[in-house]
Amino acid sequence: MQKILVCIKRVVDYNVRVRVKPDGSGVMLDGVKMSVNPFDEIALEEALRIKERVGNIEVVAVSIGVADTQQQLRTALAMGADRAILVQSEAAVEPLTAAQTFLALAKKENPDLILLGKQAIDDDANQTGQMLAALWERPQATYASKVEIGGEKATVTREIDAGLETIEVDLPAVVTVDLRLNEPRYVKLPDIMKAKKKPLDVTSLAALGVSATVFLKTVKTEPPAQRQKGVMVKDVSELFDALKKKGLI
Amino acid sequence: MNKILIIGEHDGKTVNPATAKCVTCARAIPDAEITIAVFGADTATVAAQAAAIAGVKTVLRVDRPENEHPLAAIFAPQVTSLAADYSHVFGPSTSFGKDLMPRVAALLGVPQVSDLMAVEGAYKFRRPIYAGNAIITVEADAERKLVATVRVASFEAAAGGGTAAVEAKSLNVALPSHTRYLGAKSGSTDRPDLQTAARVVSGGRALASADNFKILYSLADKLGAAVGASRAAVDAGYAPNEMQVGQTGKIISPEIYIAIGISGAIQHLTGIKDARTIVAINKDGEAPIFEVADYGLVGDLFQIVPELEKMLGT
Repeated sequence: MQKILVCIKRVVDYNVRVRVKPDGSGVMLDGVKMSVNPFDEIALEEALRIKERVGNIEVVAVSIGVADTQQQLRTALAMGADRAILVQSEAAVEPLTAAQTFLALAKKENPDLILLGKQAIDDDANQTGQMLAALWERPQATYASKVEIGGEKATVTREIDAGLETIEVDLPAVVTVDLRLNEPRYVKLPDIMKAKKKPLDVTSLAALGVSATVFLKTVKTEPPAQRQKGVMVKDVSELFDALKKKGLI
Repeated sequence: MNKILIIGEHDGKTVNPATAKCVTCARAIPDAEITIAVFGADTATVAAQAAAIAGVKTVLRVDRPENEHPLAAIFAPQVTSLAADYSHVFGPSTSFGKDLMPRVAALLGVPQVSDLMAVEGAYKFRRPIYAGNAIITVEADAERKLVATVRVASFEAAAGGGTAAVEAKSLNVALPSHTRYLGAKSGSTDRPDLQTAARVVSGGRALASADNFKILYSLADKLGAAVGASRAAVDAGYAPNEMQVGQTGKIISPEIYIAIGISGAIQHLTGIKDARTIVAINKDGEAPIFEVADYGLVGDLFQIVPELEKMLGT
């Protein structure tokens, strides 16, 4: 194995409580903290661990986004990625376009493995990895909780609804990662300084021959229906009686 | 007419209730004609079950030894080939459907709408984003085929009593050999399936150990309930991964959800807000879970849970 590509998305930080704009035109994003999508951070950590185990692998972090996405790619470089590529796009791209873009990068870079998060915590689409694998005509192993590389193959344990499933895929392959694959490392200050000197190339969708199609038009954004706060009961027997009365137990 | 193909989920023996929920979603589309396709090594049993779901016109059986295990790379080219005759292709928003459907969409060169929660028109749907903190209405181009996953917590299962025609289909599709199934380990339990259970008892970090979860299992068994857990409890190793309820775990809609020692992080609430009734038991009266609970009880769970179990027994 020589090269791992890690796809990273710039998203609203996990801890920000997102609010809908009063006019229903979207969510309020002005001035909110932006971070690397947490699942993509786990994907990068896994790439770095594979590199540490196997040695002599180049880890390339790639992203699609606004110019400021360079911040998230610098974070990836500080964590340990060797270089980064930003496909700059002012407009947000849909998963299919993202997959087409990563395909174009995959064809240029010829990685043995592409790692990315199972979903981004902004659109929660859970599509890009699978779409990329399909377009690349390569295997996919989604929701990975364990990844073992052996020669030209990867054995991946997947988190599925019923428990765990293990599959074997030929490399190159696309692996999307789940929450418990690893715990990403903390970035240390000297690494942040070093990251500034690592190469970060900027390109565009057009340069990669990708046109961003708007497949899905968002016509309205609304806050979710709120549940009403119910009643507080004082003890177990009151709770029991209330549930019994409603026929719930 | 809108011709809708639903990819049935099953384990070889039983059709997953998520399939009947997809049917309910599909029936909300105007002028819908619904077909279910089941893929497997031998789908006779599950095809018969799928044919009994009300509102389904046809069930297509695609039997092939390679279809024994639900591998997206194997199923996707077959689904894509079947899709030619349909305007919509739906799958459940379960780990099965979420894995498979985007691969199908990409092979078809069309977009996917994930986690469809309401139908506003044949090509207009509502879906959650940002862990359910916002709901968007999206409109797709009617000129293209539409692939979607159905958020199963948003729909009731369609009733039984249907009499769909079952048709064996042989597809001349070359399948890749690059992906191989090695095995599965399920949390083998006699309790109801968490995703579809009518009653769920769920524990959080306050349980403080895997051993203490036993009091929840005991309560659940008395109620005939499934057992869930918060991310914090799973991260701490008190409960296995597949028990996680929330944004990145399971999204569920039981009749009753009993949250025990769960504070109620927004990512957890995302997973339970379609529950008919929420009961919260927590020692912290300020815990956010009480904001959404229909019944709240402040106190020590280690006293309350056994006491509740005792009352149920009498």
